[in-house]
Amino acid sequence: MSLNGNGGQGHDVERREEEADLPARAGEERLNAPVARTGMFGAKTTGDTSGYGRLLVRKTPRASSKRPFTDPDDPRTASFDGVADALERALGRDGAPGTRAVERVVVDRGEITFHVRREHLREVARMLRDDPDLRFELCTGVSGVHYPDDTGRELHAVYHLRSLTHNNEIRVETACPDADPHIPSVVSVYPANDWHEREAWDFFGIVFDGHPSLTRIEMPDDWHGHPQRKDYPLGGIPVEYRGATIPPPDERRSYQ
Amino acid sequence: MTNVTEDYIDASGGDWDEVIAKAQSSGAERLVVNMGPQHPSTHGVLRLILTLDGETCTEARVGIGYLHTGIEKNMEFRTWTQGTTFVTRMDYLTPIFNEVAYCLAVERLLDITDRIPERANVIRVLMMELNRMSSHFVAMATFGMELGATTVMTSGFREREMVLDIFELITGLRMNHAYIRPGGVAQDLPDGAVEKIRELLKEMPKRITQMRKLLDASPLYLARTRDVAHLDLAGCMALGVTGPMLRASGLAWDLRKAKPYCGYENYEFDIPVSDGGDVYARYRVRMAELEQSLRIVEQCLDRLRPGPIMVDDAKIGWPARLELGGDGLGNSPEHIAHIMGGSMEALIHHFKLVTEGFRVPAGQAYAAVESAKGELGCHAVSDGGTRPYRVHFRDPSFNHLQSVAAMCEGGTVADVIAAVASIDPVMGGVDR
Repeated sequence: MSLNGNGGQGHDVERREEEADLPARAGEERLNAPVARTGMFGAKTTGDTSGYGRLLVRKTPRASSKRPFTDPDDPRTASFDGVADALERALGRDGAPGTRAVERVVVDRGEITFHVRREHLREVARMLRDDPDLRFELCTGVSGVHYPDDTGRELHAVYHLRSLTHNNEIRVETACPDADPHIPSVVSVYPANDWHEREAWDFFGIVFDGHPSLTRIEMPDDWHGHPQRKDYPLGGIPVEYRGATIPPPDERRSYQ
Repeated sequence: MTNVTEDYIDASGGDWDEVIAKAQSSGAERLVVNMGPQHPSTHGVLRLILTLDGETCTEARVGIGYLHTGIEKNMEFRTWTQGTTFVTRMDYLTPIFNEVAYCLAVERLLDITDRIPERANVIRVLMMELNRMSSHFVAMATFGMELGATTVMTSGFREREMVLDIFELITGLRMNHAYIRPGGVAQDLPDGAVEKIRELLKEMPKRITQMRKLLDASPLYLARTRDVAHLDLAGCMALGVTGPMLRASGLAWDLRKAKPYCGYENYEFDIPVSDGGDVYARYRVRMAELEQSLRIVEQCLDRLRPGPIMVDDAKIGWPARLELGGDGLGNSPEHIAHIMGGSMEALIHHFKLVTEGFRVPAGQAYAAVESAKGELGCHAVSDGGTRPYRVHFRDPSFNHLQSVAAMCEGGTVADVIAAVASIDPVMGGVDR
């Protein structure tokens, strides 16, 4: 098996461009995608008089790219096939987790993302750092993202790695469900990720297993909840005007 | 709470009289003490928890979070363009870098990186290099102040003011500019800006020489900085250190050369490197970078050609042209006349773009710039809407503060001050 993604539900970015002359098929697929939200102005509690109340916005499909990752017309992608090959070689060695560790690969807007299964994250990170053909020495921290609609993989941890030796950039993304918010810590591989992981724990509640001291870093120690999650209750402004109060920002009517 | 065990005295809080009484009655030499969060030498609200054995610092821990303002979360409830007014306030000494990193990420999401007009890119580089100078001057000035060299402080801030005067002329504000916008810059250079920058180019080399005379070979300064807070290349790599600190450890790594953005590949400049790995080396690198920034600014002025400053896409670039009037900066009178008296469609377009903003295709992007402090990265995620789904900033100071323990433990208390100052952290950026 090679780093080709999961095929079934995926859409090849480049093949999608080739199929652009089949709008009917694309439109049909789009209509079958699950609904992300309805309406346009975020009005949920009162009647939507805007006329856009029945508008359906559908979820974007989960992308997955196929080889070749390098697009000869896009110089930003020049190294992508080389990096993927080297990672594949490293993953295929004895004792390595095999290419199954990488769930899918996405090439989008000149950036490559390796979606790594969380149980193999630390091994993959070590390979990315130590393999002479990869040498991603610098991890610029972890950025948490909360997708409440992505059932079973609500919390994403996104790592941006940089190789000073080969001057490459890649993104490694891993996900965990809300019910079991555990991701292995990569502090043993990238010591600089210490504070970054504490930040992701503080703001998203992702538990990084194996972190030397996973404590809050920005919020006070006795704070409840993880503020940058999408389901974190936002305080409204206690302003009253003739009985009406100002709702929290995520409940206000606004353009979306 | 004062807590005395047989081998240390905890002075990190509590009643001072009790602490002293316990310290006098106990034979312990170890003292846990709070430096900050309100301390003139901790660059804002940085809290250092130091364990001291006499004058030696045996353990240094860093507490942050006192300036957390939730900028990343706030941005999720504003349009993509409004985001610039938030990011500019993060690391308040490098506002232009914050804005450029954010705008590059948004432009990458929009896939318009190649369509940014040449003039906008030149202005961005110009502003970034001026900002690098102002940031380095503050680094030097505050460092001087902390070591007791108040002359360095006053002259550093005086030099910075020259840069801020130019910023004020171009953007209307000394700090918090929100000048760089997705698609270009907010407005063109006003009349007299180029002349004023030329004046700075003429005057600044003299000022830099003056500062070099004060510090380069001053025995007092050397004693406080040389071989102090040493961090070698291996340490820098392990701790993800970038920027002047990495270059002071001997590695010529600079994103402006490695991954050029905004057209940096068109400029001639050197990457100053020193292999000292100590506070003095970091100072030398910053000083040399000032001179390189002057070189780049000069080339920017030569490269400035008349042209648009905003991407040629009516769906993204704001229709308004800002203009300086008698009552301050605002929409240009011609534009107001056009939308209020001439064209209903233009009015609708203006209204939609300003209130609703533009849509950004779903996806994620990471853009990094070489800020005055190191790699400043912006990870932006869009769900296809008019507001960011998630924006995360990798602030160099946040990352670099992790190296305090590596640099300070085993040194003296006085060296802690020098170590922290050589990181040049700005808590606004650290805590965001």
